[in-house]
Amino acid sequence: MATVELNNVKKRFGPVEVIHGVSTTIKDGEFIVIVGPSGCGKSTLLRMVAGLESVSEGEISIGGKTVNDLEPMDRDIAMVFQNYALYPHMSVRENMGYGLKIAKMPKAKIEEKVNAAAKLLQLDEYLDRRPRDLSGGQRQRVAMGRAIVREPSVFLFDEPLSNLDAKLRVQMRLEIRDLQNRLGITALYVTHDQVEAMTMADRMIVMNDGRVEQIGTPLEVYETPQTLFAAQFIGSPSMNVFETTVQNNILSIGDTTVPVNTEAKGKVIAGMRPEHVIVDDNGPLSITVQIGEPLGANTLLHGRLDGTSDAFTISLPGVHHTVAGQVIRFAVDPRHMHLFDIKSGGRI
Amino acid sequence: MTLSALKPHIEPAPGMVEQRGLGLWFTHAIMIFGVLIVFFPIWLAFVASTVTQPEIVSPPMPLWPGDQFITNYKKALFSGVNVPVATMLVNSLVMAIGIAVGKIVISLLSAFAIVYFRFPGKKMFFWLIFITLMLPVEVRIVPTYEIVAGFGMLNSYGGLIFPLIASATATFLFRQFFMTVPDELAEAARVDGARPMRFFWDILFPMSRTNIAALFVILFIYGWNQYLWPLLITTDPEMNTIVMGIKQMFPSGDDVADWPVIMATSILAMIPPVIVVISMQKLFIRGLVDSEK
Repeated sequence: MATVELNNVKKRFGPVEVIHGVSTTIKDGEFIVIVGPSGCGKSTLLRMVAGLESVSEGEISIGGKTVNDLEPMDRDIAMVFQNYALYPHMSVRENMGYGLKIAKMPKAKIEEKVNAAAKLLQLDEYLDRRPRDLSGGQRQRVAMGRAIVREPSVFLFDEPLSNLDAKLRVQMRLEIRDLQNRLGITALYVTHDQVEAMTMADRMIVMNDGRVEQIGTPLEVYETPQTLFAAQFIGSPSMNVFETTVQNNILSIGDTTVPVNTEAKGKVIAGMRPEHVIVDDNGPLSITVQIGEPLGANTLLHGRLDGTSDAFTISLPGVHHTVAGQVIRFAVDPRHMHLFDIKSGGRI
Repeated sequence: MTLSALKPHIEPAPGMVEQRGLGLWFTHAIMIFGVLIVFFPIWLAFVASTVTQPEIVSPPMPLWPGDQFITNYKKALFSGVNVPVATMLVNSLVMAIGIAVGKIVISLLSAFAIVYFRFPGKKMFFWLIFITLMLPVEVRIVPTYEIVAGFGMLNSYGGLIFPLIASATATFLFRQFFMTVPDELAEAARVDGARPMRFFWDILFPMSRTNIAALFVILFIYGWNQYLWPLLITTDPEMNTIVMGIKQMFPSGDDVADWPVIMATSILAMIPPVIVVISMQKLFIRGLVDSEK
């Protein structure tokens, strides 16, 4: 159990800088999710914390101790890999106990710890099997077990669920979260899946292109995205955005106007979440539906925002039978309008 | 109802083409015929090793074993022509095992270095090793002889083994295998606290065991069948290996060849490789076709 501090951490591969200075403090026992599209540097950042990649600049400290130059084994961390990275020729028992065996722990003690972890993860029956005889979910648990037995002060997860099917992913998501809660170990979890980020994180770090876009609790990021990228990345379906102008708290869209609360003037990017649309036959805005996607619990309608050429999606609760060409009028609560600077993409 | 429909249906192994009736008989006939052709000379050698010298040289040559089996093999094993075959068998065994084990150890370690470590000139070293693939023993035999003679290793096991111990083929093979091992495995081992050699012993080595077995079979036979090199560096009959020893048994000039003993020696020379192949057959095939990762 420890705090993790990143202080202006940078990573360069040759002349190319891939991480441009990340600073954050992770509190003891906190579950932090690093989320971003592929190639944004999130895995590299995690691997730097793990000690698998060197730090080009800046400082990483775990539990108050600078670990920049320490080997992974000396950092008091445990890592769960995307493809589990189980040793194929070892039984589940040996896989879980391997780290302890290297640390020269007495056999009886290893046995005890492995058994305890196996019990926690419901792996007792499989201890003598080889990884290849296990299902994906069980392998995932073994990888977790290998991390748990070492009793590290920080857990590192590198997209641990992306090789599982959708149903198992939901289940493992809950299990991992529950386990981390019970053990109270600080966790750093990398994923590209914003649902995982929303559901698991105490706080999430939204990354894009080697930069941190926003750090905050899932709801903070959802409700007040600090950048255009964070706004569009978090939330499904993603936020509708369009270029428009604002004057005296009035946003003009096509030939209609919508009131907003802002001091900004001139050209801005406006954002509106599909689920924040209020269907209203007298509403100022309308879309012409092109495609409807009934999902059961809600219905997604894709079309163009009338008066503009921007693609627009709205999400309505329940089932709606719509046909192409149908016009849906709606209003929007000014509190749910997000405005972003047209140049920097920062929130206004 | 046709005849074939009455036969019980046997499921063919997956990947094999099912054949019935005439086709099955025909393919078997061809196969048996082929086996007979290959086996016939060996049979003749065996027959020749069980009869007396006059019986061999008087035509027609016998086609069925005689009663001299024990006499001939005893003579071959314990007295031989120049040196007892037992001695040559031991020499060959030491050389073949030495070459096979040595090649495997060296190529495992060099492949490990090439795949898992970053060091200056890594690419160059790999290509140097790779290029030596193109140089057969015969091309470098004179300089090699010079070196071995200079070290005073003529007529020694060291001289028989060391010059043949580096293997570009095996290094290349292990390199290819190591490159298919996921990087995460090495990283997981690092997180678990395994230093490089520990990772090598605990994880890479056991994972390569089928490849090692397959390679051992191939290299053992390679070592066993060495002819030119032992011929060059062993002048003392006590150090003769069996494959070259057979040739040494041939008489020069007007001497009479002791064919039954020579044939018995040939049969004896075949036995160890056959034992190695048969006993390691399962691992051998798994090593060639399996990709257990």
